Amino acid sequence: MYFEDEPNPGENLPILPGHVSAGRFERVLRAGQFAVTAEIAPPDSADPQEVYDRAEVFDGYVDAINATDGSGANCHMSSVAMCALLAHKGYSMIMQVSCRDRNRIAIQGDVLGASAMGVSNILCLSGDGVQSGDHPEAKPVFDLDCMSSLSMLKGMRDQKQFLSGRKLTKPPEVFLGAAANPFAPPFDYRPHRLAKKVAAGAQFVQTQYCFDIEMLENYMKKVVDMGLHEKVFILPGVGPLASARAAEWIRSNVAGVHIPDAIIKRLAGAENQKQEGINICTDMINAIKDMQGVHGVHIMAYRMEYAVAEIVEKSGVLGNRKPWYPTRDIA
Amino acid sequence: MYSMRRWSAKHANKLHHLYSGVESTLYKAAPLLEKIGYDKLEKPFMAVEKVTKGLLFDSQSCGQCTLGSTGMSCPMNCPKTIRNGPCGGVRPNGKCEVKPDMDCVWVVAWEGTQNMPPKEQAIHIVQPALDSRKKGTSAWLREVRLKRQEKAKANASQ
Ligand code: SF4
Repeated sequence: MYFEDEPNPGENLPILPGHVSAGRFERVLRAGQFAVTAEIAPPDSADPQEVYDRAEVFDGYVDAINATDGSGANCHMSSVAMCALLAHKGYSMIMQVSCRDRNRIAIQGDVLGASAMGVSNILCLSGDGVQSGDHPEAKPVFDLDCMSSLSMLKGMRDQKQFLSGRKLTKPPEVFLGAAANPFAPPFDYRPHRLAKKVAAGAQFVQTQYCFDIEMLENYMKKVVDMGLHEKVFILPGVGPLASARAAEWIRSNVAGVHIPDAIIKRLAGAENQKQEGINICTDMINAIKDMQGVHGVHIMAYRMEYAVAEIVEKSGVLGNRKPWYPTRDIA
Repeated sequence: MYSMRRWSAKHANKLHHLYSGVESTLYKAAPLLEKIGYDKLEKPFMAVEKVTKGLLFDSQSCGQCTLGSTGMSCPMNCPKTIRNGPCGGVRPNGKCEVKPDMDCVWVVAWEGTQNMPPKEQAIHIVQPALDSRKKGTSAWLREVRLKRQEKAKANASQ
């Protein structure tokens, strides 16, 4: 998608009427396009080139890139630094902000800084517990939860003030997002939780991995009944599984991921399990894309980032739309 | 007490009434409390509150009680101290992501909520960030004080 007022990479787009951010992600969604986002794994390195290389594999296939914030409570390059590096190149970044490692003072400071550096989207998370990561002895912060952090950032943007009430001279113009997990109990509360996130300020939401279409359908039905799909852009999460063994491992070790037996069987029965994982992911997108209330898809291809291009291509969700990337418009 | 948590959620409705009853009784007694002075009352109040709420709800005495919005399940027992509903890590059997032997506080809270009448189901209201200075102080006294201040303000503006 090409915008008339396309700026130089690294410079923000003008904010359109009815929009809150200067980013292309919000524009794509508000233009009614089916959006594709992907997750980038931050390197264990201080080398910016590693960050650029990791982003490049998505070129032409995604509208925005999530930079995770110590996901799984493992230590990596910070999301704010990843976002700053890539936003400078012109990428549309979704900065994940977890409440596990920083209190309200640090989060507000980071968001101001990120916005100053061209980050237009922030995704608020509570965060995985420290027990699941490589520093289980760390002190968990959890000064805020995802909900109070959303409403705090909304206050910074709309009321132009810190949580303390102190005024900002320029607010962070950010599109606010949240995560949702329709696949974890208590199931009948989950749509209500989404409603609460919308009330707190969420404008888009990305879900946990979907491997169970029926479960997502049930969730989306309730979400649509509650009219939430008109208040928030919903991008279900998907991702390729590398093998049946990997799937087993994820199922028993990664919090909140639900993988039905049928999926594991299908993987185990395939000759090329990796390819089958990619096929399952494409099938998921195909089943999701026409669901009422769905506005896009979020692809988490951890350690299989190269597969995102194939998945998007095969699913055909972009039609002939080519999302922006640094060399797209260079003839 | 952990063993009491489920019981309290099951009886959320009655306990919620009891709890609100204590608050409204205290509110009625506010002129007397004010005469004595809230500061002097803080210690004895906190002692009673800690024992009763500790026993019934495993209360962690955050000083900004939200039991009414959590089906009488104290959210401060959530290892992530989430005050606004279950995280995405709840196990398929309803146990906590961080402490696999404990029922997720919010699964219990949702059960408890369903035992309360819809208009009292404050679980749907966004709870603001916690004021960590209030930890270990009496939420009852704080409520009474706040209500009195609000009333005084309303009277003054009339
Ligand atoms: S599973 Fe429940 S109790 Fe455990 S951290 Fe998540 S919300 Fe808190």
